[in-house]
Amino acid sequence: MSESERRGKYTTVSIPVTLYNRIRKIIEGTGFTSVSQFVTYVLREVIARMEEEKLKSSGISEEEKREIIERLKRLGYL
Amino acid sequence: MVSKPHGGRLVDRVAKGRSRERLIAEAREMVKISVNDSIAADAANIAHGVYSPLEGFMVQEDYLSVLHNMRLSNDIPWTIPIVLDTSPEELGDVKEGDEVALYYEGEVIAILRVEEIYGWDKREYVINVFKTDDINHPGVAKTMKRQELLVGGQILLLNDPPEPFEKFRLWPKETRVLFETRGWRTIAAFQTRNVPHLGHEYIQKAALTFTEGLFVNPLVGWKKPGDYRDEVIIRAYQVLIENYYPKDSVVFSVLRMEMRYAGPREAIHHAIVRKNFGATHFIIGRDHAGVGNYYKPYEAWDIFKEFPDLGITPLFVHEAFYCKKCGQVVNAKICPHSKDYRIYISGTKIREMILKGRKPPEYLMRPEVADVILSHPNPFISGS
Repeated sequence: MSESERRGKYTTVSIPVTLYNRIRKIIEGTGFTSVSQFVTYVLREVIARMEEEKLKSSGISEEEKREIIERLKRLGYL
Repeated sequence: MVSKPHGGRLVDRVAKGRSRERLIAEAREMVKISVNDSIAADAANIAHGVYSPLEGFMVQEDYLSVLHNMRLSNDIPWTIPIVLDTSPEELGDVKEGDEVALYYEGEVIAILRVEEIYGWDKREYVINVFKTDDINHPGVAKTMKRQELLVGGQILLLNDPPEPFEKFRLWPKETRVLFETRGWRTIAAFQTRNVPHLGHEYIQKAALTFTEGLFVNPLVGWKKPGDYRDEVIIRAYQVLIENYYPKDSVVFSVLRMEMRYAGPREAIHHAIVRKNFGATHFIIGRDHAGVGNYYKPYEAWDIFKEFPDLGITPLFVHEAFYCKKCGQVVNAKICPHSKDYRIYISGTKIREMILKGRKPPEYLMRPEVADVILSHPNPFISGS
């Protein structure tokens, strides 16, 4: 397996040059080493938030939450 | 607000209701793979979301990506391969696409849909994960004894493996509900494999000064000989919290997960796992997950620089010591006095005292904690 294959699959997206330049400046001195790394991070954050919103109704149901609270009470956590 | 799960979604691969009953019946007809306690714990951790976003044991692409890049193949940070090893004899004629049943102590615990069967280079593994191939390293020794094939694929948990400390075990869904019900928005998690001494108490309380909650989450499960027994750690923390902690600000629960002694890489792994429990901050002290002299004392701090996208805030706390001039437990960052005044709180020294039946002084360990350890007939794991 080649190094590029190990790194995973990537594709290209276009963003305005002015935005690119703003990002480049803003990541100076942070742990981000490239605009792509920063953009990936931000997109992942936004998408995770959207998915989380979606999960609020499907991740832990109200019934499951009630059961969890009962168990936590029985165990003395609440 | 509690942390978002790693990868954005809390994994739930636990079979429920009639579907579970049907699958248990089907599992009887499948090829059986017997797993040890560490793999059984990993299966439960995957299914209950402790290892989110993993939904199963790693396929080769993820395995190699984690080994070489410390990220999953989709670029999400992940530092310790979560793999299921087995032998060609046990696997028989199982092929990709089949379903197999995972058994632990004679009971079915999960179904695994085989996505990939592949070989692995154990030396490559230990060099990357442990930064050494020295067989005296407990993680290296354990890895070299593992089977030669890895099986990757999604799992579905049918039964939780037995848990002797059931009343102290919480899963991520439970801690998330608990933290939210308590109204905590910031939670500092503390990983441990030890009984608490005053240095541990100091760094936990230093973190709690700035967060709304403290989550003390010791590992139970396989550890090297000479480490404290699980029941001793649990009882020691119970008496410490009972006597010295504000109860409404602390949650104590155990996590069944193998201790790897992989130093910096394991520090990231420990942080990710606690993020999935909902913690927003993770405490990193001196020589986190280290053993012997394989890692530099603060090497685990440096590795966090490589993960600006980790999604949990590390709290770096210097080693605590008792300063005779200050008259209290402090650290080098806040104490101006010379080394002549310092008494370092060494776990090794405390262990030596315990082995001789001596009670550690109160500036090293709370007397209630020392009593718990000394009253146990054999507080340390036996073996060589």
